[in-house]
Amino acid sequence: MEWLESFWATYSTLVLSVGTNVLLALSIYLTLACGLLTVANAAFMGLGAYTAGLLTINTGTPFLLALLLGALVPALVALIIGRPTLRLSGVYLAMATLAFGEVVRIVILNAENLTGGALGLNGIPQLTGWFEVMSAVSFTLYILLRLARSRVGRAMAAIRQDEIATELMGLNVRSYKLFVFVFGAALAGLAGALNAHFTFFISPNEYGFERGVEILAMGVLGGSGSPWGAVIGGLLITLLPELLRGLGHYRPLINGVILIVIILYAPRGIWELTRYVRFPTRTPTAN
Amino acid sequence: MLAQQLVNAISLGGVYALFALGFTLVFGVLNVVNLAHGAIFMLGAYAALQAVIHLRLPLLASALVAMLITGVAGWLLDRLIFAPLRTRRAPHLAPMIATIGLAISLNSLVQGFFGAENLRFPVDALLAEGLSIAGVQITWLELRIIFLAFVLMAALLWGLKKTRIGCALRGLAESPKAAALMGVDVEGLFRMTSVIAAALGGVAGVLIALYTNAVFPQMGQPMLHKGIAVVILGGMGDIRGALLGGFFLGFAEVLSVAYVGSTMRDAVAFGLLFVILLFRPEGLFGKSAQRRA
Repeated sequence: MEWLESFWATYSTLVLSVGTNVLLALSIYLTLACGLLTVANAAFMGLGAYTAGLLTINTGTPFLLALLLGALVPALVALIIGRPTLRLSGVYLAMATLAFGEVVRIVILNAENLTGGALGLNGIPQLTGWFEVMSAVSFTLYILLRLARSRVGRAMAAIRQDEIATELMGLNVRSYKLFVFVFGAALAGLAGALNAHFTFFISPNEYGFERGVEILAMGVLGGSGSPWGAVIGGLLITLLPELLRGLGHYRPLINGVILIVIILYAPRGIWELTRYVRFPTRTPTAN
Repeated sequence: MLAQQLVNAISLGGVYALFALGFTLVFGVLNVVNLAHGAIFMLGAYAALQAVIHLRLPLLASALVAMLITGVAGWLLDRLIFAPLRTRRAPHLAPMIATIGLAISLNSLVQGFFGAENLRFPVDALLAEGLSIAGVQITWLELRIIFLAFVLMAALLWGLKKTRIGCALRGLAESPKAAALMGVDVEGLFRMTSVIAAALGGVAGVLIALYTNAVFPQMGQPMLHKGIAVVILGGMGDIRGALLGGFFLGFAEVLSVAYVGSTMRDAVAFGLLFVILLFRPEGLFGKSAQRRA
């Protein structure tokens, strides 16, 4: 078992990052699967990270409770801003969530007494182990896979294809949208809380636009047709920079190029490509 | 005191308006939210800086170099990303996601080439001395910024209103199909719009870089967010709205810095943006967004 120990010593951060990134990819899968482009996931992740981090540092809250609250606080915030925000659609929704994310970052940056401001939050106990991450990922994945085949999942797919038609079928489109938005926020918050407890240090700028793009890249790369797509996206975006170590500082460049190439050549993501290989049938195109 | 703030607000607002014009032009004509506009703005600032340092060009000439380079970037952007997506009739969000990718790639590339640190123009290029009119200080640089911003805006408005191409562009914004049926070269105009918008973004980058004397890879990001705020304030795709919105934001920022405090400066733009999106998503001056959808 010695090799396992040395492997873990070297790669434990990477393995844990894969886990939290898959959670983040699943969080954006939820809204993308509903046809909503929201880019506030990085902000929700930050909210979760700061909530859980502050709790374990200052009050000695048990880790599991801190994780739970780290998911709950962003979910509550999403619930509050969700109603008015989700009335917007398309690019307006994307820009409103972009602005919201920026507001969250500025608030964390300026609430220095609580959050430490630009200096960040230091000395978060390293409590996250593989067990917590793996159980969070597999539990979430199980729920989302079940969800995709349920009434809710079909409603989400219907909303993505035609919102008005779905509404005419008697489904409460607004509630479904709010549900995926809040659920996504909770997942992002959970990922942030887990992440904060193995990186030791967090700062507001980690949850800015670049992180948001990284999360979006995972969702788009994998494809939003199935939770498995998000898993693939999260895996690849985390492992790719490790394989291309020599590129070092150009990590955002890789994410950016991946986004462009995927949008141009495989707009439905990698997961959908694998399905075409298995079932080479022609699908009717919209419009 | 107030008059001094007004001069500051006009020069800042002029640059915001210039930036927002390009952004809104691409949305109005190509129906694309170009989130790479901030990166192109940054590219313009770097181009001018290199021209001043290495070619020893005067400011005006280096602004032209920046427009040229960002114009080429705009051409490439349309040729390589927007055009293929247009022919495939991709949904609206596809080009938007692609431009996010482009923005982050450009930032990363520029950071790789020139480093993450803050670069500055040489002091002698900056025209720091100025004149004072009735107790109001204004530097030659500020005067040039205001002059250039207004000339470019006037040229764009005149071109859109009075020339044949402008007429075709307005038709294109209304309905590409109808414009094509009238014999308008739709693809060519799309490409030209992308070039003009990028050049406007690039020159805005030069002006802000001179105004704050700071050039760094991430400089486009806050500007992009402000540009979005401006464009939404004025109504997406609305040229006059972008102008008024730009000056509005300039005034709001300068006044809030002067009378509330500088930490609130960025919160002003995003607070405005968020509130307006929630209560008047069609913009302060715009008609219903439904018509453009």
